[in-house]
Amino acid sequence: MSRPEHIAPPELFYGDIEAKKYTSNSRIASIQAEMTLRAVELLNLEDEGPYYLLDIGCGSGLSGEILDEDGHLWVGMDIAPSMLEIAVDKDVEGDLFLQDIGQGMGFRPGTFDGAISVSVLQWLCNADKTENRPRYRLQRFFSTLFMSLQRGGRAVFQFYPENDTQVEMIMSTAMKCGFTGGLVVDYPNSKKARKLYLCLFAGQAAPGDKQI
Amino acid sequence: MRLITHNMLKCHVKNCTDPNQQFPLRFKEVQLEQIEAERNDEFLVRMLPRLDWPALLTSTKELGIALPESVPASPENDDEFLQALHTAILETHVKEGNMVCNGCSHEYKITNGIPNMLLAEHEI
Ligand SMILES: [Zn+2]
Repeated sequence: MSRPEHIAPPELFYGDIEAKKYTSNSRIASIQAEMTLRAVELLNLEDEGPYYLLDIGCGSGLSGEILDEDGHLWVGMDIAPSMLEIAVDKDVEGDLFLQDIGQGMGFRPGTFDGAISVSVLQWLCNADKTENRPRYRLQRFFSTLFMSLQRGGRAVFQFYPENDTQVEMIMSTAMKCGFTGGLVVDYPNSKKARKLYLCLFAGQAAPGDKQI
Repeated sequence: MRLITHNMLKCHVKNCTDPNQQFPLRFKEVQLEQIEAERNDEFLVRMLPRLDWPALLTSTKELGIALPESVPASPENDDEFLQALHTAILETHVKEGNMVCNGCSHEYKITNGIPNMLLAEHEI
C-alpha cells in the first residue's frame, strides 16, 4: 500500500471525500482513539487538570473529542480545510486553526501545558512542493513549538516514519531546537501493532530565553 | 476561536518580530457568538498568570466587552471577577472577521470560527 504522504500534500489528500472516509471509518477511529489516549498518558500530566493543550494536526477532531471527554481545553491546528469542517460540524470544544505546521506557529512563550499529535509528523518530512525543504520546515515547527510550551511541558507525537533517516532527521532537529527526550515503542515485536511515540520535553529553562 | 486563545496568539510571519507590534492581533469587523461553558475556577486561576491582561483589555474593548482594569488581589475568592473572566475568555467565540497584525499588516481571516493562519511564500 502506498503511503498517503507520497500521493499528495495533506490538504489535497484529505479533500472532502478522503476526510469523510477517514472520519467515518470505525477501525481508523478506534486506532486513533487508542493512540490519543496513549499520547495523553505519555504527557505525564500531574493531576486531572483541566489543562490547556495543543493538538497538532487535529484533523476532524477524533483526538480532540477524547481531550473533551477528559475535560481539557485545547487548540487544534490542521492544514486540511475539509477535516476542520467536519470538526466544526461535530461541535468539538477546541479552538481550530487552519495552519501549515511547517510554517511555524505564533503562540506566546509558555502558552500550553502540553501538545499531542497523532499520525502527522511524517507529513513534514515530505518535500511535496519545491519550496518545502523538510529540514527547514521541521526546524521552524520545533523551534516555535518549543517556545509555545510551558517549561517542563511535553509534546508527544505518534508517527509513522518511513525509515531511520527520517527518525534521525526529526530527532536531531528537535534537539537542536532545545527539546530533550526520545522514542517510546509500543508492541515492538508486532509488525502490525507496533507504534512509535516521540516524547519531547521542553526543558527547564525560563520562558523567553531560547531564541530561534 | 475563544478569546483565551486569541490572547495567546501573536503574528508568526517570519520577519515580523517586534513583540510590541506582533501582539495582540487587532480585531476587525468581527462577529461574535456566546456559547455557554462550564466554569472551572481552578483552571481560570491557573491560567491568569499566562494571560496578558493589558492585551486582553485592548481586545475586549475592541469588542465592547467590559472587564476590570486590573486583576483583583485574591481572584480565587472573587466570584464576580471569575464570572466576568469566564464569560469573556471562555464563552465568547469569534465566528467571522479578521485579525490584523500591527507590525506587518498581515490579515488573518476568520471563517466559520476558524482563523486562516497560512502564510504566503515571502512570509515564511
Ligand atoms: Zn506581523
